[in-house]
Amino acid sequence: MIQQHTLRTRTILTLAAASMLLLSGCHKKDTAPPPYAAAPTVASPAVPTATLNAEPSAIDLGQSVVLTWRSTGATSAVIDGIGPVNLNGTTNVTPSNSTNFHLVVKGDGGTAEANVRVTVRVPMAPVAPTSSDLGDDAAFHAAVQDVFFDYDSYDLNAAGQTSASQAASYLNAHPNIKITIGGYTDERGSAEYNLALGENRANAVKTAVVNAGVAAGRIRVISFGKEKQFCTEQNEACWQQNRRGQFNIDK
Amino acid sequence: MTICKRLPLRPLLLALLLAPLASLTPLHAQDNVFTGTNSGADRVRIAAADFKAGSPDSAALKRTFDTVLFSDLGNAGVFDLVSKSMQPQATPGTPQEMRVADWSGGTANATFVAFGSFSSAGGRGTVNAWVFDTHNAQYPQVLGKQYTDTADENGARMMAHKFADEIILRLGGGIPGIAESKIYFVRAAAGTKEIWVMDYDGANAHAVTHLGTISISPRVSPDNSRIAFSSLGNDGFQIRVYSLLLNRMVAFPSAGGTNLSPAWAANGQIAFSSSRSGDPEIYIADANGNNPRRITSSRGPDVSPTWNPKTGSQIAWISGRTGLPQVYIMDTDGAGVQRMTDTGYATSVSWSPNGQFLAFAWDRKYGPGAPGGQDIYLMDVASKTWIQLTNGIGRCDFPSWSPDGRHVVFAVGSGARAEIWTMLADGTGKHRLAPTGSDMPNWSFR
Repeated sequence: MIQQHTLRTRTILTLAAASMLLLSGCHKKDTAPPPYAAAPTVASPAVPTATLNAEPSAIDLGQSVVLTWRSTGATSAVIDGIGPVNLNGTTNVTPSNSTNFHLVVKGDGGTAEANVRVTVRVPMAPVAPTSSDLGDDAAFHAAVQDVFFDYDSYDLNAAGQTSASQAASYLNAHPNIKITIGGYTDERGSAEYNLALGENRANAVKTAVVNAGVAAGRIRVISFGKEKQFCTEQNEACWQQNRRGQFNIDK
Repeated sequence: MTICKRLPLRPLLLALLLAPLASLTPLHAQDNVFTGTNSGADRVRIAAADFKAGSPDSAALKRTFDTVLFSDLGNAGVFDLVSKSMQPQATPGTPQEMRVADWSGGTANATFVAFGSFSSAGGRGTVNAWVFDTHNAQYPQVLGKQYTDTADENGARMMAHKFADEIILRLGGGIPGIAESKIYFVRAAAGTKEIWVMDYDGANAHAVTHLGTISISPRVSPDNSRIAFSSLGNDGFQIRVYSLLLNRMVAFPSAGGTNLSPAWAANGQIAFSSSRSGDPEIYIADANGNNPRRITSSRGPDVSPTWNPKTGSQIAWISGRTGLPQVYIMDTDGAGVQRMTDTGYATSVSWSPNGQFLAFAWDRKYGPGAPGGQDIYLMDVASKTWIQLTNGIGRCDFPSWSPDGRHVVFAVGSGARAEIWTMLADGTGKHRLAPTGSDMPNWSFR
C-alpha cells in the first residue's frame, strides 16, 4: 500500500512535469506571428489592458468552455495553451483537466495579463484528492502505530495498549476505513508454532481495538508468523521489530 | 567425524539421562526397535559385488546401479556392509560364475553376497540379481530377482532401490526397506516457498508446486496420492491439497483465520490447526476437508498435530496453553490429555510408525541469552524417558520418521539457511540430503 501511495505521488509529479513542458513549448511560438499593424502613435503609448472570462467556469470532463477576452492598447495577444490570438475574441476549448488560461497582451506601452481558471470535474480522478475518507496510507500510518510484543507473548503490554487505543480512536474518527491486522513473530522457534502465535497476537490486537468501540466487521486478521520478516538480523533489536501486530488499511 | 567422536560417549550419556528415572526402560531394548538388531548381536555382514555389465554401453548405468545399491544397503542401518576395498575383484554375473568361498573368507568375510548383471538393450535396462548365503554351499540362493526399467540414470537408480528393499525386507527383520520412499519438503527461493520432492537419498529433487507464494508444512497422504500443505493467500494461510495423480491442485474447503499444519491419519482423516474460532485449535476433518470438528479448547496456540500411526486413535501436538510450547498427547476425541515435555521450548512432534516414540525439536534452556540450542529429541511415550539425537550441528527442527521407523529426517538451520539432514533413529549416520534453502521435510508413509 505504501507502494501505491508512491505511485500516486509519481502520477501527480508526472502530470505536473508534462503540463510544464506543454506550457514552455507554447512560449516558443511567441515569435512566430507577424506584429499587428496598429496605427503608430506618436504620443506616449497607452498602457494595454486585458480581460479574460470563461463561461461556465466549471465543467464535467468532455464539455466545452467559451473563453472571451478583450484588450485595449495592445499590438499582440497570446493565450497559453492556445497560442497567438486576435486582440479581442472568443473561442471554445475542451480541457481534459482543470486549467489556468493565461492571456498576455503586448503593446507599445507595456504588457498586461489576465487569468481565468476552468475547473474540470474528472470522475474517479487518477489524481484523487488525498482527503478521501477511504483511507490515506500516509495519514493512517502517521496516526496509527503498530503494536510490539514481548518475547513469546501475545498479551498486549502497556505500550501495546496505548497503540491499540490510538488505532481505535483513529478508526472511530474515520468510520469508512477497514483494516487488516498482521501478526508477526521473530525468526526464532518453529515456523508452525510461530504462525499460531502470530494469529494470537493479531487477535489480541483486534480484541483491544474492538473493546475500544470499533466494529469487529471492519477488521481482518492475518498471521504471517515468521514468513515475512521486517528485519533479518539476528539480534534482539531486530527480533523486537519482528514481534508485532501491524495495522494496514484493508483495500 | 562428529559421529565417530560421539559414539563411545553414547552409552554413558544415556545411562546418565536415564539414571534418575524411576521406571527404567533398558536402553538396548529401545535400540532394538531402531535397528532390528539387539545390543550385543552382530549385524548381518553382507557384501555387494560390483555387477557385471551385460553390454559395453551399459557400463555407466551399471556404475550408477552399483553405487546406489551399496549406498542403500549402507543407509539401511541393519547391515555390516563389506567395504568395496575388502572384497574380491571378481564380478560374477550369474550363479554359475559365483564362487562363494571367495566371499565367505578372507577380508570380505561376508555372510551374504549380492551380485548379478546389468544390461541394456532397446532403451530398456535389465538387472538379474541374486543374494547367496556364503555358508550354505549346497543351496546358497536366498534371493533371485529380475528387474527392468528405462535405460537411464533414474531407471538404474530405481532398480537398485527395489533390489535393496528386497534384501532389507528379507535379511533385515521383515521390515520393508525405504529405498523407494520419498521425502517432501519446502524449497525457498526469491521470496517464495514451493513444495518439492526427492528420493529418500536426496537424489532426483524437483518441484511439485509452482504457486508463486509461500507454501509450508507439506504432508503426503498415506497412499501417496495427495499432498496437503498450508499456503499464504489474501486471507492468510489456508490448507491446500495437491493431487499427485492429477498433477494439479484439488479443492479443500477454506475457513476463517490461520489454517495450517495438516496431518494425515493412516485411515485418510486429516488433522490440522485452525483459528476459525479466533484461537488456534486442533481440528479433525474427513480427507476432503468436510465435517471439521474441534478437539481442543484452550487459550493459546495449538498446532502441529501428528497421529499415532500404529493405532490412529491418539494425536500428539504442540500447545502453548501454559506459556512456552510443549508436547502433549490426547485421544482423537480430545480426552486423555497428557503433557509430555516438562520444560523449555518443544515443537514439531512426529510419532514413530510403531507408535512407541515421539521425535520432536526441543530447546531445553530456552530464553533470551540462554545458552541452549534446539536439537532433535526422542521420547518413549509410555515412560516419557527421552534421549537427545543431535548436538552441536546447529538449530534442528521438523523431525519426520521414515516408514520403517529406523530413520529420522530433519532440518538443520532455519529460514533461508536451512538444510535437510537424515540420521538413524539412534542418532548415528547423520548426513545431509538437500542443500541450503530446504526445510520442513516430510517422509512418505511408504
